[in-house]
Amino acid sequence: MELQEHKFKVIGTRPIRHDGVDKVTGRAKYGADISLPGMLHAKVLRSPHAHARIKSIDVSAALALPGVKAVITGKDLPELPPGSQQMGELVVNPRYLSMNIMARDKVLYDGHAVAAVAATSPHIAEEALKLIKVEYEILPPVLDVRKAMQDDAPILLPELRTSGTPEKSDKPTNIASQVRFARGDLEAGFRAADVIVEREFTTSMVHQGYIEPHNAVAQYNADGHGTIWVSTQGPFSVRELCSHILQMPLGNIKVVPAEIGGGFGGKTTVYLEPLALLLAKKTGRPVKMVMSRAEVLRATGPTSGSYIRCKMGATKEGKITAAQVWMAYEAGAFPGSPVGAGCMTILAPYALENLQIDGFDVVLNKPKTCAYRAPGATNAAFAAETVIDELAEKLGIDPLEFRRRNGAKEGTAQPAGPQFRRIGYIETVEAIMNSEHYRSPLPHVPGKLVGRGVASGFWFNAGFQSTAIVSINSDGTANVVTGSPDIGGTRAACAMIAAEVLGLKAEEVNPVVTDTESIGHTDVTGGSRVTFATGYAVYEAAQDAVRQLKERAATIWKVKPEDVVYQDGVVSCVNNGHEPMTLKQLAGRLARAGGPVTGRAAVNPRGVGPGFATHVVDIAVDPETGKVDILRYTAAQDVGKAVHPSYVEGQIQGGVAQGIGWALNEEYYYDENGIMRNTGFLDYRIPTCLDLPMIETILVEVPNPGHPLGIRGVGEVPIVPPPAAIANALYRAIGVRMTELPMSPAKVAKAVLEKNKAPQ
Amino acid sequence: MHAITYEAPKSLEHALRLLAAAGEKGRVLAGGTDLLIQMRAGVRTPERLIDAKTIPELQVLSFSPHEGLRLGAAVPCYRIVEDPVLCQHYPGLVEAAGLIGSVQIKNRCTVGGNLCNGSPAADTTPALIALGAVCYVASPRGTRTVAVEDFVVSPGRTVLQPDEVLVEFRIPAPPPHTADCYQRFIPRNEMDIAVVGVGAAVTLDGEVCTAARIGLGAVAPTPLFAREASASLVGKPLDDEAIATAAELAQKIARPITDMRGTAEYRLHLVGVLTRRVLKVAAERARAR
Repeated sequence: MELQEHKFKVIGTRPIRHDGVDKVTGRAKYGADISLPGMLHAKVLRSPHAHARIKSIDVSAALALPGVKAVITGKDLPELPPGSQQMGELVVNPRYLSMNIMARDKVLYDGHAVAAVAATSPHIAEEALKLIKVEYEILPPVLDVRKAMQDDAPILLPELRTSGTPEKSDKPTNIASQVRFARGDLEAGFRAADVIVEREFTTSMVHQGYIEPHNAVAQYNADGHGTIWVSTQGPFSVRELCSHILQMPLGNIKVVPAEIGGGFGGKTTVYLEPLALLLAKKTGRPVKMVMSRAEVLRATGPTSGSYIRCKMGATKEGKITAAQVWMAYEAGAFPGSPVGAGCMTILAPYALENLQIDGFDVVLNKPKTCAYRAPGATNAAFAAETVIDELAEKLGIDPLEFRRRNGAKEGTAQPAGPQFRRIGYIETVEAIMNSEHYRSPLPHVPGKLVGRGVASGFWFNAGFQSTAIVSINSDGTANVVTGSPDIGGTRAACAMIAAEVLGLKAEEVNPVVTDTESIGHTDVTGGSRVTFATGYAVYEAAQDAVRQLKERAATIWKVKPEDVVYQDGVVSCVNNGHEPMTLKQLAGRLARAGGPVTGRAAVNPRGVGPGFATHVVDIAVDPETGKVDILRYTAAQDVGKAVHPSYVEGQIQGGVAQGIGWALNEEYYYDENGIMRNTGFLDYRIPTCLDLPMIETILVEVPNPGHPLGIRGVGEVPIVPPPAAIANALYRAIGVRMTELPMSPAKVAKAVLEKNKAPQ
Repeated sequence: MHAITYEAPKSLEHALRLLAAAGEKGRVLAGGTDLLIQMRAGVRTPERLIDAKTIPELQVLSFSPHEGLRLGAAVPCYRIVEDPVLCQHYPGLVEAAGLIGSVQIKNRCTVGGNLCNGSPAADTTPALIALGAVCYVASPRGTRTVAVEDFVVSPGRTVLQPDEVLVEFRIPAPPPHTADCYQRFIPRNEMDIAVVGVGAAVTLDGEVCTAARIGLGAVAPTPLFAREASASLVGKPLDDEAIATAAELAQKIARPITDMRGTAEYRLHLVGVLTRRVLKVAAERARAR
């Protein structure tokens, strides 16, 4: 059955989300709501040092405390061989992952787990932590990415060698890997330029800031099978990672995804899950673990701070002739920063003949980074989009016009090589150029300096594996079962896709997210992949159900299945003489016409459609305090076909909000000893609703040719442009290029003061 | 986590007896918006909590042109913010009380608790210093008075002895052409702790300043009364030059630190900015009276 866009009846509408009432009435069950009979509570003892050798751990006093049932340390976890493996969007090194969730001979960051205690109450577990005696030999920490790369830097992992170098070295290092993307003739490109801009940028480590802390409840049965209830973006990856870390057969672990209170990439790995399962195994009782906010900030995975050098040249006509980038990303204590993605996204919006991008993945004494919404791309765009803005300024060309002249389109080779299929980058630039916002004059704000800035961004989006089941109920409604935890309205999107195919209303379809034993393998909710890939599986599964429904009608009518037509929820026969049946009528007769109908599909789609965005922001700066107020913000994005436009707009607004926080105030603040000083939301400053205007959105719908419904991922790219757009607005307001994130009031005030002091 | 007892005395006399019996293990609980968090974090570990909210003497809120303001230590901030008489006579104090936390926090937190917590960044303290507020402190030995600027001795520590209770603040009625103002700087628009806070009160005779007091927050281990800066304004017209001089003198006594809320250099800069701003607003208000 072919669906044509202009005939969509459900896709593109805005029904109430299926999980909405439970969430707004507080009924939805999150991980921390799970409670089992006889359950113990476990807490983690964490390192008070950024870098230290563990000389000894004495748990005897903790074990002796009444109510304590078990204590585990690094010795209780299996030692794993070195080596990495690809797991969906992530490259995972199980050995390092195991060392991250429980330190072995060394602690590598403030908050690194050292031991865990299970007791009959959380308070007893907490008291027991104080009774564990750990003897440390304190080592000097390294907290700056460039210092960590130096030859004389303190070494975190003695076994680590740089991968990706032309010559193999056997020298211990903190540089885990290096990567280069290059093409054309860089020198010739810069020679051809009339203007060259080169700048250095630094960005701070930032956290996703999801509301719900990490949690896990685990149960271990005498037959060697275990179950984990957890708020996670990837129940199948939790199963696989726990299987590796605990050396348990994969099939012996069942993961039940609870409702999730935000993830943004940060809930794609494990911290507590293997510990809870191990403690459950040791005690024979269910074990619950929930982190505090301070634990979330100190010891889960933020995204990288970075140092980026970016040089670009352009001709008077406004054509970019060459681009050179050197970027080093903080991986945290173990390898695995998103520097590769940073390299591949930084210049992706532009058609470039001559380029060279070098990237370095560097370990240092901070928590191991994890995915965060378009991982690696926001830092990168902050650098490149500032340089682009300056080139346009020096050439006297409107910054959007400059982007339009150099913008990537269908057939443009990406920095990493492959050519783009149909993309909508230039359309987003034009959408902002033509927007009421960009065409309006900047408002005047008494006592403030105002400025307007623009920036663009790119994100690949992901495909990967998904499974879906669509079953027809006897009343003609349908159930959609998937394994993709819903972090962005994807239950509604999947239900709408099934409804479109089946000719039902969205509310006649019940979307369900189930556990790892009740659906086929489904990769992590990440990479903006769920509506694209799981939606693809739902589309195929619904088509499978339609095919079966036609067969059943053919059986009832004693005609050939190919003579049956399914349209708008009604089956009819091309031969006259058979009264058409609605899906409801047909569903009621299935019991006597071959039994229930269940469509299923498993996909690994390749036709991923990347996302592009262009944003414009107006700001007002208090020149004395340096405080920046966001006056107006408009985001245009190529979203492909918007299945549920409200949730697409919500994704854009959420991404922009996080990008604004990253731009202005968010940062991991460490003292000179490497101790994190802002371990709560009071001093780790995400924007509140009072800090943001209504974020306006423009949905540019360029259908993705790689998806039967034209769907692209939408969730990640909106976080990419904001820091650069705000930096460019700041330049217009105060006349200084800000090159350090966050652009906090102190830095802005200093820039204004120094500019005023400098001879004009 | 350890066991605690909670007491809700119905009179000051009862509260003083309970506190004396508790000794070092007792602590007065007002709104609890600081204390409970500190207890959870293990920063303070009292074993007996004596609730100030149930003591009538600590709930006094009255104003007369003759006596001035009596502000009970356990009056929640929402009562201050919503009181038309206070809004008229002490707009700076109302500004400070209105800046603390969310609506929910304001329903709990108190000016007395804000001071007894001993934080150098307390919003209401510079406003109280600017108004020349005096603390009335009770103990089994009787009542003593302490100027607000002398109350905090170091971060988290005050002049209160274990058996003493802060009962109320007394603030003189503002003379004619007198007004106050409080402003703080925070990186966000709400829900934050002052990077720097400055309160000022001025009295004018025509254009000439006849009295001035400036209080500074978050720029030293304790809230400060900027004595010289205040004195420099008296006898002069309250013009830009006088204000700039006072701001420079205020900066001279600031001894800020660098932490996650701001650098010392930035805080010093903000002392100047905010002192100028609050003096200008206070002067405008005073002229309008």
